[in-house]
Amino acid sequence: MSAALERLAELLPPGRLLVRPVELAAYESDALTAFRTRPLAVVMPETAEEVIAIVRLCHELQLPFVARGSGTSLSGGSLPIADGIVIALNRLNRILKLDPVQRISVVQPGVINTQVTTAAAPFGLHYAPDPSSQTICTIGGNVAFNSGGAHCLKYGMTSNHVLGIKAVLATGEVVEWGGGSRERLGPDWCGLFVGNEGLFGIALEITLQLLPKAECFHTVLAGYRTLEQAGDAVSAVIASGLLPGAIEIMDALALEAAVAAVHAEYPPGCEAVLIVELEGPREVVTIERERLDAILVASAPVEMRPAHDADERMAIWKGRKSAFSAVGRLSPDFIVQDGVVPRRKLGEALRRIAEMSHETHIRVANVFHAGDGNLHPLILFDGRESGALQRAEDLAGRILKM
Amino acid sequence: MISPASLTELRDAVLSAPRVIAVGAETKPRLSAVDAVKISTRQLRGITEYDPSEFTFTALAGMPVREIIAALAEQGQYLPFDPMLVEAGSTIGGVVASGLSGPGRFRFGGVRDFILGVRFVDGMGRLLRLGGKVVKNAAGFDVPKFLVGSLGRFGVIGEVTFKVFPKPSTTLTLSLPYSAGTMARIANSRFEAAALDVLPGSETLLVKLGGPGAALEVLAREIGGQIIDNTIWDEIRETPWSYKTDITPDQISNFKAAHVSCGGSMAFSHTLPARGMTLRGDAPLWIGGRPCFAIEAAVKQALDPQQRFPTLDD
Ligand SMILES: Cc1cc2nc3c(=O)[nH]c(=O)nc-3n(C[C@H](O)[C@H](O)[C@H](O)COP(=O)(O)OP(=O)(O)OC[C@H]3O[C@@H](n4cnc5c(N)ncnc54)[C@H](O)[C@@H]3O)c2cc1C
Repeated sequence: MSAALERLAELLPPGRLLVRPVELAAYESDALTAFRTRPLAVVMPETAEEVIAIVRLCHELQLPFVARGSGTSLSGGSLPIADGIVIALNRLNRILKLDPVQRISVVQPGVINTQVTTAAAPFGLHYAPDPSSQTICTIGGNVAFNSGGAHCLKYGMTSNHVLGIKAVLATGEVVEWGGGSRERLGPDWCGLFVGNEGLFGIALEITLQLLPKAECFHTVLAGYRTLEQAGDAVSAVIASGLLPGAIEIMDALALEAAVAAVHAEYPPGCEAVLIVELEGPREVVTIERERLDAILVASAPVEMRPAHDADERMAIWKGRKSAFSAVGRLSPDFIVQDGVVPRRKLGEALRRIAEMSHETHIRVANVFHAGDGNLHPLILFDGRESGALQRAEDLAGRILKM
Repeated sequence: MISPASLTELRDAVLSAPRVIAVGAETKPRLSAVDAVKISTRQLRGITEYDPSEFTFTALAGMPVREIIAALAEQGQYLPFDPMLVEAGSTIGGVVASGLSGPGRFRFGGVRDFILGVRFVDGMGRLLRLGGKVVKNAAGFDVPKFLVGSLGRFGVIGEVTFKVFPKPSTTLTLSLPYSAGTMARIANSRFEAAALDVLPGSETLLVKLGGPGAALEVLAREIGGQIIDNTIWDEIRETPWSYKTDITPDQISNFKAAHVSCGGSMAFSHTLPARGMTLRGDAPLWIGGRPCFAIEAAVKQALDPQQRFPTLDD
């Protein structure tokens, strides 16, 4: 056993220091499975003190480490470094505090995103950031990637909901920034920490703001003959002065994936589906929904399907949120891209992606957070075919550069 | 005082003296009361880009917030965090560097939640562009957020990009007797109040609602209290408070003489608090000290190794 492993063994019992190849296999990659690296070891701390001791040891030995939550990163964020260790944080999974009066929660990094909302629900509160992976990804991973979801037009991403952070930095220094107040004095260190992509330190305790759950929703799904029409409908909604909680577009291939995965049903013959959701007090939503419906009717959809109750709303979102993982059913492997295009250039961007897809014979599915211009092309390929990964990566590079 | 008129001149200005500090309209004078050559942003004016359909604008740092608010209003948009001291002339760069948000911070967040990008000159005279010009910007370290509240101690801000929202068609203000329970009931409710402040004296709670007028009237009846003139928010915004403290709702009772804003997240006062930041007057910048970690020196070293800008403790 190497000297580094011997030192780690002094900090953790054998069951929480994984070194055997069979045990390490599960940690070789994240959701970007095209890349794999076997680490020297995986450590599974159960307390913040253990994490601090491990990071300080890594600093002393100059041993590289990668923090890991649920490993759902789509960009190699939790990909190990050869000869380095993976610090798996899933066992730091306690909600330390939930204060319904101050509307905050203090959590450990391994807490799953939806668990926060589940814990807050009895008080009529929720945790707003809702990445599609929310039922499995951790708050620590969300913090590192400043994850956002369908509802981030109105409420922002993870960073907008983190009030305080206790972290151990790569130097071994333990910092505490922010706290229970929504306001702070001096430079915004929490803001600098969130979105660090695993390169600043390990979050040990995170203070999150909770928001009252909206009383009422109006969710409409509209199918369009062309992507351009869907894009125009988005522009019309934006121009109207409404501030929907979410505006999402899925293209035909993404729809096909959702149909295959959760038996979602969409209007037939549509190149694109638009989802718009209003939320707020019922009196406000009642007035705003009339305006929204009129705008959508004028945008000439093939069909409009408003959700009539909570179940129908859930079904719309289930289809949308499953689109990502569901693409896996259409293809053995895929690369997800994450780019931002101005809303007005969406039509053009999608047309050029379609051209490139056609030229290279590589299928590309698109999911678009139209509210904030966030475009997710999913590039499908079969890793068993020689050269397929390289071709998919080339296309990914071209899409990013366009 | 140097007054550069372009970002290139701003760069030269930073390099022209061994110790410099940026100032806007000096509406929060204590923040820049240090021994250094002042670089005024007053000639860095103008909205360089405004795209209502993308909900974003970019402006030079010395642009008065008043003019930005007017330009946004023409398109039915606004900055939801309610910048302070607008009529007094505060500049958008000063809003960022001071990190000062108003009552509207309650609903959608503060300056930090609406800033998207910056161009700033660091202590080595590098004109850096960080963050982006799009509503969602999730790549790389979020330096624009870090500069919120940084008081010009890490660089001079030359240009900023912000996210904006469509302005609610109607605003309605309610005044009701303050109690911690009433405040908690409204904060955690279906009403989605835009602002929730307690007036000095701790007797009056103000509630701001935004949305379609017909709906607000119904909500107001349910909340109770008296409908009062919306102009009270302009008075709150323009009051030249001396101190700001970040608080939690359970501390409101310690701030009876202060104006408590944002549902009990900040207190503005004229009398020296036990803890906080001084905006005007001779008190120490950080009342009651401030937490400081070794990483701060490392960040200072990366952006301003020669300490051309004062430190946070100068
Ligand atoms: C089907 C699917 C759908 C997705 N949808 C979305 C989406 O809608 N929006 C979105 O933004 N992302 C999405 N993602 C990406 C991913 O889920 C998010 O980035 C998520 O935040 C990662 O969380 P995780 O716990 O899996 O982190 P991991 O993948 O384990 O780690 C991600 C990064 O966080 C770092 N990290 C983990 N814990 C800590 C910690 N405590 N302190 C510091 N750094 C830490 C790691 O080192 C790594 O760099 C999706 C992924 C999948 C597979």
